[in-house]
This record gives sequence, structure tokens and C-alpha cells, in this order.
Amino acid sequence: MRNEVDAIRRRTNQQWLDVLRGPTRDEALADLRAILVRGLRYALASRPDVDEATLEDFAQEALLKIVAALDSFRGESRFTTWAQKIAVRVALTQLRRHHWRDVSLDKITNSSDIHFIPRTLEDPSAGPEQRAMQLTLLETLRRLISEQLTDRQRQAMTAVYLQGMPLGEVAQRMGTNRNALYKLLHDARQRLQKGMGAERLSGQDVLDAFGP
Amino acid sequence: MELDLVTLKRMVRNIATTRPDEIGCDECFEELNRFVELELAGKNAAEALPLVQDHLERCGDCREEFEALLAALRAIA
Repeated sequence: MRNEVDAIRRRTNQQWLDVLRGPTRDEALADLRAILVRGLRYALASRPDVDEATLEDFAQEALLKIVAALDSFRGESRFTTWAQKIAVRVALTQLRRHHWRDVSLDKITNSSDIHFIPRTLEDPSAGPEQRAMQLTLLETLRRLISEQLTDRQRQAMTAVYLQGMPLGEVAQRMGTNRNALYKLLHDARQRLQKGMGAERLSGQDVLDAFGP
Repeated sequence: MELDLVTLKRMVRNIATTRPDEIGCDECFEELNRFVELELAGKNAAEALPLVQDHLERCGDCREEFEALLAALRAIA
């Protein structure tokens, strides 16, 4: 542990880059792997199913990505922070893939689930006026979702909001990537927001009706 | 299957607060190392990088990665 801490502090960002590009990079790779494994151990501490061998696999996969992406490091943080960020994404992407491996998108969204906005609502915290507003908003939202959104937007909303599927997993099944799926959902939310505005339902009305 | 109350409220608020200038997951990831270091230094990361903060509030995947990264760096810093 002491050595790993020293390894972090021993090298500046430029030294990390130089040594990882140079002829003696094996030592730096070993240091970096140890740092990543240690970080992942804490990052994934709440997942008892992840063993040391799995952590090593994640770190190894991350190392390959890090080495391939060295040119994109802009020096806006410590090098090890940037590297750890990549390792965390590798690990969580793999764990999500494993967790959702048997779930097909068709099974999730080819059903009446597309009408996932409830018609009635039991909200004990809401008064009579607030409850009436909630029902108006829900009815409007149901209609806007069916009239204003594309099939893909409805499918993505169902999977992400109703089923709680990670964006990356939904994206993979829809033949796109996570960033594009976020944009697709953003576009869907914008359409719904605009649609509600056209019906004179302001954002504040919505927040008042569906406050915390 | 219908949304439960908590999820429904979160989704509806997410729609109502949609902003035109939201960043995507790629841009958030790009800035995440800077954001997390500000956070670790006790600085106001949300104020310095408001669009990253906004994205983290809306995107479960990115939020989960940010929290895991923060836990890792807090432990080994």
C-alpha cells in the first residue's frame, strides 16, 4: 500500500505520460494497475459479489483503454484521477452488462407498458387541489407521450424510467450508444415540456403538483 | 406495469426542468475528473461546472460512476 501511495506521488502528470510512452513502461503499468485495483476495491465496496480476480480483470481492461487514450489526457486533473475514472467506467459497464444479460428490450417494451403513466395516483401528501392538478398533468402527459413522441423515444423512456435499466444497456439493445440515447431522451423531455407549455401548464405548475 | 409514485415524481420533475443546454454522457465523462477533484478539494464543483452537476442529477449511469469514483479517490487520496 505504501508503495502504491508513493507511486502516485512520485510521478508528475508529465512523468506518467513520458514513462507510459517510453521503453520502461512495464514498471509504470504495474504501478498504475496496483493503483487502479486499490481504487476499484473502494469504488465497488458495496458489491460483495466482486472478488479480487474480477477487480484485476477490470484493471487490466482499463489499462488497455488508458494506454490507447493517452493522447486525449488534457492535464486538467491528476493523471491518476483520469485513469481511475476510466477504470470505474469499465468496471461498472461490465457489472451492468452482467446484471442485465438475460433481459431483452422486447420483453420490456413490447407490451402495454408503453402506457406507463398511471391514470390514478395515491399520493397521501397531496391536498385536494394538488391532487386534481396531478390528475390533469398525468392525463396530459399520457396524451403527449402517445401523440408527440416517436416509437424509439417511448421505448427508451419505458426502459429507462419505468424499468430502471441503465442507459448504456438500453442503448446497446437499441443499436446506439449511451450519449446518443441521452440525447434522444433529452429530445423527448423537451417535446413533452413544450407540449405541456402549449397547454398552459408551466414548469412551476408541475413542480407544485409533484413536489418532493 | 405503471410507475410508482417516487419514480413518477422524479420523471415528471425531470421533464419540467428540462433545459435546452444539457450536456450528454460523453461531455460529462470528459469533465468528470475535474469535477471530482474540485469536490475532493472541498470546492463548489456544482457551481464551477453547473452543466456537469445537472447531468449527474438526471443520468443514473453517470451519477453511479461519479459516486464510485469519489469513493475510490476519497479512500486512496
